[in-house]
Amino acid sequence: MRAFTWSMVMANRLALTGGLILAFFAVAALFAPWLAPRDPYEIVPASMLATPGAEHWLGADQLGRDLFSRMMYGARISFHVGLVAVGIALTAGTLLGVAAGYLGGWVDAVISRIVDTLFSIPDILLALAVMAVLGPDLTNVMLAIGIVYTPIFARIARGSTLEVKQRLFIEAARSIGSTHATIVFRHILPAISAPLMIQASLSFAFAILAEAALSFLGFGVEPDTPSWGILLNQGKDLMDRAWWLAVFPGLAITLAVFSFNVVGDGLRDALDPRVVKGT
Amino acid sequence: MTQPLLDIRNLSVGFVRDGMTHLAVQAVSLSVGRGEIVGLVGESGCGKSLTAKAVMGLIGRKPGQVAGGDIRFEGRNLLEATDREIQALRGHRIAMIFQDPMTSLNPVFTIGNQIAEVPRIHEGAPANEAWATAVSALEQVGIAEASTRARQVPFEFSGGMRQRAVIAMGLAGHPDLLLADEPTTALDVTVQAQILDLLKQLRDRTGCGILLITHDLGVVAETCDRVAVMYAGRIVEEASVKELFARPRHPYTDGLFRAVPTLERTGRLEPIPGQPPDLDSIPAQGCPFRDRCPLAESQCADTMPPLVGCNNHRVACWKREVGS
Amino acid sequence: MVGYILRRLLLALPVLAGISLLSFSLVRLVPGDTVTAMLGMNYTEEQAATLRRELGLDRSLAVQYGRWAARAIRGDLGASHFTGLPVTGAILERLPVTLQLAGGAVLLALLIALPLGVAGAARRGGAVDAAASGVGILGLSVPNFWLGTLLILFFSMTLGWLPSGGFVPFGIDPVENLRSMILPTCALAAAVCAVLVRMIRSSVIEVLDQDYILMAEAKGCSPARVVWRHALRNAMIPVITVLGIQVGYLLGGSVVIEAVFSLPGIGQLALQAISNRDYVLLQGVILFVGSAFLAINLVVDVLYAALNPAIRVGGPS
Repeated sequence: MRAFTWSMVMANRLALTGGLILAFFAVAALFAPWLAPRDPYEIVPASMLATPGAEHWLGADQLGRDLFSRMMYGARISFHVGLVAVGIALTAGTLLGVAAGYLGGWVDAVISRIVDTLFSIPDILLALAVMAVLGPDLTNVMLAIGIVYTPIFARIARGSTLEVKQRLFIEAARSIGSTHATIVFRHILPAISAPLMIQASLSFAFAILAEAALSFLGFGVEPDTPSWGILLNQGKDLMDRAWWLAVFPGLAITLAVFSFNVVGDGLRDALDPRVVKGT
Repeated sequence: MTQPLLDIRNLSVGFVRDGMTHLAVQAVSLSVGRGEIVGLVGESGCGKSLTAKAVMGLIGRKPGQVAGGDIRFEGRNLLEATDREIQALRGHRIAMIFQDPMTSLNPVFTIGNQIAEVPRIHEGAPANEAWATAVSALEQVGIAEASTRARQVPFEFSGGMRQRAVIAMGLAGHPDLLLADEPTTALDVTVQAQILDLLKQLRDRTGCGILLITHDLGVVAETCDRVAVMYAGRIVEEASVKELFARPRHPYTDGLFRAVPTLERTGRLEPIPGQPPDLDSIPAQGCPFRDRCPLAESQCADTMPPLVGCNNHRVACWKREVGS
Repeated sequence: MVGYILRRLLLALPVLAGISLLSFSLVRLVPGDTVTAMLGMNYTEEQAATLRRELGLDRSLAVQYGRWAARAIRGDLGASHFTGLPVTGAILERLPVTLQLAGGAVLLALLIALPLGVAGAARRGGAVDAAASGVGILGLSVPNFWLGTLLILFFSMTLGWLPSGGFVPFGIDPVENLRSMILPTCALAAAVCAVLVRMIRSSVIEVLDQDYILMAEAKGCSPARVVWRHALRNAMIPVITVLGIQVGYLLGGSVVIEAVFSLPGIGQLALQAISNRDYVLLQGVILFVGSAFLAINLVVDVLYAALNPAIRVGGPS
């Protein structure tokens, strides 16, 4: 019994740490224009490849632009992409999943096969394909990532809807003459929101990773945008001379992804009664 | 008097919960001789399975722990034995048959493989010899076409056959002591009788001692030589089967008999009022049965009565001492 | 079991059709005229018309799909518009690199995850368990392209032990081949390892709670035998399924890792196709990768059935 409480405290502590890091990133992202020590686009010839120090906390790039300031704007992009992409995926996925689970029959069959199809193309490749069609641009990145992560939400929403549908209270609700809309909005959506929220937190992590990966590969946002993936891409080419350009942006991605992961795990421990606690 | 095969003295098993120790087994003393079948009777949760698990050294990984007492097997205190020594005894000298045959067999290995494991670990038997032992153990428990059946996985066995397989696993080590934890509960009545028969035959043939844990007085009457009744972690009455069935002394035992339908008694069944206490609510002092007991008086709340009487019949009750 | 496999096959067919439709429509979804998008700025009307005819774009969509699919089934994925070479050939030529990378990553991940997850589960809360949890969360958080970059920075630039990229076929120089694959394999394996550690750990914990484990202990099995023999095989049954899903990550991850380490695999081929607006090549790669994912998961399903007596013996699936 004691080990059980201890591991729960540990899990919560991790989740708490993750939450604090996220809050820090969120503040940096929101207030970057006011908080950033320098203009992220300002070219300072004297600071070319400046090492991390008092002048440039995390160093400067080949054009003398301040890495710390650029990374603050990068947080803005990452969080923006994450928010919109997860929003798209959550909305579309829930819609598809609830429709499949609630209506059943051929609707379910068709949606489920579409979901299976999207699942069988690796996420990065699918995102790349969508980007190839749409062209590189921030909005398209969000759309592409949103499409790629829709199936997982659809699958979860479908499963949870089926589960809820089985439960008695739906039967009861139907018998007293509820409309389908009432059943879906009053009963199904509230009941399936917990697993969807957990997935949203985890998908936020994936979305940040995916944006960075796309940008790193050169098929994401425009190359002059200081996204973490772009910074890392440019840093990689200079890493024999300026290690900080490759190390810090990656560290930021890792921290953000880590935080969303542990917050997602913490949410799961707190919200999902089926999961054995402390494992 | 010769040394009993198994001699449990003053055994207590506790759980620590919220910093408090709750005793699920309290000062239990019990012995099993060679060639003897001893019944341990009680409602679920009274600590009977835990007592058996303590003998097997299977408590400790889970939150429970042995809090005190002695468990002597052939005079040797098992609680002082090393893990390795206990491992060498388990399945070999002391075997245990578990309650639920549906879940006690490993689903991914063949039955024969699982039984053959016993001689392989304990005797270092080569594969073919161990397999032969497994097949003959299956034959002993009455499984037809044992050599074919041995190659099947538990999924292909019915409930009764699985329980037989579990018993065969116990037999494969030629144990001196067999702990059978509700071996027939999960089975239907005809299979139940066959399994009990099997246990008796086994005792007759090998002379091993058997501790039979059950909640069913019918099973006790049919199978056992001696019986101990357990309530809320304590043994409240102990007697030979004949004596207990003829003259039950403890009010709880009485109640158990009244709750069982028999041919002679045609009137209404009288269930014991109330519920047995949970682990958390076992009273710290006094008789744990007093709240449900028709005879309870103030003395019962103060002190737990000792288990006293003659060798043939002992009872722990202030109101119903043996011979009174 | 045969019924189970047949059912799986039957379920895979519409998905295969879905993948083919998806990759087919990719070329048609490109905004504007595919042909002008492919040809870029300088082209004559004649060139455009020829290309359109070559692509069959002058026919109805259904006819186009039918022709394309019929050829694809026979293994003919058309010719690349950039190089003029057959797409199937290009994919097969690159396949060994990706196979070696992804296969190596799975092996490495299993090699680390198996002992770590099992030992962590066997002694919950111990030092190994802490390490398992650490790998489980860190491996998922570190982006593979950054891990690759760091590995290059450390092992090739700073220490100079291993090459920072490039590929030498095994047949030409086995030692150099292995040396060049070490870093990319590690970079790709990290996330898979993390997922596997988590899965194996929780699966083993669940299995250790079962009655048959108590039975194994009661038989006199040593703790090691209980865990490695009695628990592991049962615990691996759900892990197998996760492994199948991980193949998708591996195929996508190799796109990124191949770019970081300049390995001429299928991922690089896909990136090239996108850069060159070589949509015929891109659709071929997507069809191939999607089908490979499906095929591997079918194999995983069969493996799952073979390991799981409930299905193997013909019980309910």
